[in-house]
Amino acid sequence: MDLTLWTYEGPPHVGAMRIAASMEGVHFVLHAPQGDTYADLLFTMIERRDRRPPVTYTTFQARDLSGDTAELVKRHVREAVDRFQPDALLVGESCTAELIQDQPGALAAGMGLELPVVSLELPAYSKKENWGAAETLYQLVRGLLQHQRPGPTDHDPCAWRQQERRPRVNLIGPSLLGFRCRDDVLEIRRLLEAHGIEVNAVVPLGARVTDVERLPLADANVCLVPEVAEPCCNWLERHFGQPFTRTVPIGIGATTDFLKELHSLLGLETPDPREAQRQSRLPWYAASVDSTYLTGKRVFIFGDGSHALAAARIAQQELGFRVVGLGTYSREMARPVRAAAKDLGLEALITDDYLSVEAAMADAAPELVLGTQMERHSAKRLGIPCAVISTPMHVQDVPARYAPQMGWEGANVIFDSWVHPLMMGLEEHLIGMFRHDFEFVDDQPSHLGHLGRADTAKPAGTDLDAAGSEPDPAANLNVELQWTRDGEAELKKIPFFVRGKVKRNTECFARQQGKHQIDSETLYDAKAHFST
Amino acid sequence: MLTNLRKESGPREVFCGLTSIVWLHRRMPDAFFLVVGSRTCAHLIQSAAGVMIFAEPRFGTAILSERDLAGLADAQEELDRVARDLLQRRPEIRTLFLVGSCPSEVIKLDLARAAERLNASLSGRVRVVNYSGSGIETTFTQGEDGALAALVPTLPARDEPQLLLVGTLAHAVEDRLITLFQRMGIETVRSFPPRLSTDCPPVGRGTRMLLCQPYLSDTSRQLQARGAELIRAPYPLGAEGSRLWMEAAARAWGIDEPIIHATLDPLSARARQALEPHRQRLQGKRIVLLPDSQLELPLARFLHRECGMELVEVGTPYLHRDLMEEELKLLPADTRVVEGQHVEQQLDRVRQAHPDLVVCGMGLANPLEAEGIATKWSIELVFSPIHGIDQAGDLAELFSRPLVRHGALAFA
Ligand code: SF4
Ligand code: SF4
Repeated sequence: MDLTLWTYEGPPHVGAMRIAASMEGVHFVLHAPQGDTYADLLFTMIERRDRRPPVTYTTFQARDLSGDTAELVKRHVREAVDRFQPDALLVGESCTAELIQDQPGALAAGMGLELPVVSLELPAYSKKENWGAAETLYQLVRGLLQHQRPGPTDHDPCAWRQQERRPRVNLIGPSLLGFRCRDDVLEIRRLLEAHGIEVNAVVPLGARVTDVERLPLADANVCLVPEVAEPCCNWLERHFGQPFTRTVPIGIGATTDFLKELHSLLGLETPDPREAQRQSRLPWYAASVDSTYLTGKRVFIFGDGSHALAAARIAQQELGFRVVGLGTYSREMARPVRAAAKDLGLEALITDDYLSVEAAMADAAPELVLGTQMERHSAKRLGIPCAVISTPMHVQDVPARYAPQMGWEGANVIFDSWVHPLMMGLEEHLIGMFRHDFEFVDDQPSHLGHLGRADTAKPAGTDLDAAGSEPDPAANLNVELQWTRDGEAELKKIPFFVRGKVKRNTECFARQQGKHQIDSETLYDAKAHFST
Repeated sequence: MLTNLRKESGPREVFCGLTSIVWLHRRMPDAFFLVVGSRTCAHLIQSAAGVMIFAEPRFGTAILSERDLAGLADAQEELDRVARDLLQRRPEIRTLFLVGSCPSEVIKLDLARAAERLNASLSGRVRVVNYSGSGIETTFTQGEDGALAALVPTLPARDEPQLLLVGTLAHAVEDRLITLFQRMGIETVRSFPPRLSTDCPPVGRGTRMLLCQPYLSDTSRQLQARGAELIRAPYPLGAEGSRLWMEAAARAWGIDEPIIHATLDPLSARARQALEPHRQRLQGKRIVLLPDSQLELPLARFLHRECGMELVEVGTPYLHRDLMEEELKLLPADTRVVEGQHVEQQLDRVRQAHPDLVVCGMGLANPLEAEGIATKWSIELVFSPIHGIDQAGDLAELFSRPLVRHGALAFA
């Protein structure tokens, strides 16, 4: 039993719904009590869809439990098939139905329906939403393609050359309630087209059963959303010999690597690596002098596996940030995230407890948070700017405008959306240059809401910087630190928005030196110490 | 009385009783609602509440895991552990509601026993009560009924005369209603649930109660068993219903008619004025209320009688004839009332009738909007201060706004 106040992922059957709702002509019969129908609103309100997800809930009640729930399941299956006439049927159960063990999948399979029926086992007491989506996609693809397995040796990803056609690939994994999938698909299509690569099928977003049946016609697969696509891509590789890409094209480096990887899978010549510079603004914007202020900005990253990994790479290599925290709630992706964190000299935070994420964030004292909507709220409490990079979905993450994360345009979107929450460079420079103006040194309130709450007037030695931060653990040591009047005066000359950090560093330095008093000299000593 | 009542059974599209937590935790900030259930239950309240904005919510879920399912004895121990951890973290909590869910009921996890045990070991520091909000037994608003019914045994016994308002009200509305009752001469007016879970009103033979919400059947039965007397009236929605509701109490107190009139007439006149612009927009418009919050019948009565709307169909998750008696009397006899639900057939009828407005749950609204039908979320009605004569205009505005909006948009 685990106490949860808020959760990053829904139950696995919500993952199954994401697959069904992403596709055309697939219906899902879910053995579940009435309350579980809340899941519809994830699609009609959060994703702002204009139709209900194609799900029939059996909505059994307590009084049904003493009777024939099996008959109830069959009745709903029959009605759903008659009414919606789907091309394929998914049958599964939610947590409550799992306990009463009606085995709706087996029941439906025994009804002699003339359409493919895929029975889903979605262990609700051990698995979660992304797992459910991945499992459903895998079962559906396997169920529909099993009979046409040619054996892996037949497949040649370069066969397009002999056949005198363009190479073609499948895009696997984009789904509803996935972060910016709608626009990522468009962007990747565009990117591949520019390289003469055709898209054979996109699955599951917008796919029909016939698209799934056409999957084996592609030369290779693009595993676009590993959380959802990996088991499916693995299976297609094992049974159809289709190789798949491992790089998720989010960011300049990753998009370049992705193109390289795909070209080599397809036996194409490696594309010009300077393409990024020509196609995306991120490299130049990051290199322009205005971005100097981004140097070494401390960022804390938390999200689903692939977006967290991508964010870490972009932050470190493409924007010149310093990553001071990296983590994910996707346990399935724990290994690569741990490895990436280790490369950055960090220990990855693998948890689905948002409170421990908030605590880690406070501890790392970043200048920017890249997280989920929950981290946005936590960051707000801590007075730290934040950009959202990952699911769980919020209505804000389904913007009306075109806002992909992948490919060249995705990199542009990322540059803007990460950098805007920070004070802009030119602005920051001006403030830096004019920092001796009374406006900045005299505890002037700022119109910048969160920064304006900084602890300008607090006595020395209480806590660190902006409102709500964790108290400095070092402050609990028995050493009583005293700021002399001259020390305090010097401290006040420092602009309010960095004063907290300087104060903390100086106190830390003073403790190391065994000092009890901090005067202006100590402050300058500390400054020299930390500048190395 | 009702000539056009039909029952329907089939797939439903209604929240379960857990959803009530979303407003109950706001009403009683010193209470914590611990759902004993699954990840689905946790996800439901999170999604229904749209709660990403809280610092420390006053509800949470003890998520059952495979291990708990394997050994029920351990599940009781686990529950103790989770409850203790929680209370340690949240020392300000005074009442802990253990809320049963479908999974906990199917595995027959005895929450009453758990509550008893925790009560004994916490010896009065925190009161622990339990109820079920499970979707196999309760819909949406019935959760409030369960929570309040669970509190009734803890109410002190006192026979002093008092008017008890039963059902969650917005603070401002509550204050206003109490003022009005006192103006008419009913001195002691109390509310249940109270604003603090530790501030429970007494109950006894002097208690006469008005239900503020129509879905409180268990609570009202239990209060009656404790000696309270139920004052029968329509529900306080709209100027007319609210007036009848207040008058019923005043008459039960033997207040003189002139005083009643002197107090309520000006309110009624003002409400008519406030209603007028909305009435003009709503008059003759056709509405369907899909079964959801159990407020459908009183709302239909208000929309028909005070706003002139035409009732195409009024759904209700279940029909409690006794508690709805006064409402049914006020509805046109041939109103099509549908108890239960077959959501697909119901939507077929909606499409066919193409009403001007549909009141429905959050999952159905956008699909209907996409078909060109204006909608109103029923959950909004549970959250908004809509009770009382003074709120009649605001209540009507909730229904006229979607129509105004539809009229305001033009893309040609
Ligand atoms: S219907 Fe049952 S299982 Fe579903 S959320 Fe409600 S209580 Fe939990
Ligand atoms: S007043 Fe605001 S906008 Fe102007 S320089 Fe300062 S921070 Fe920037």
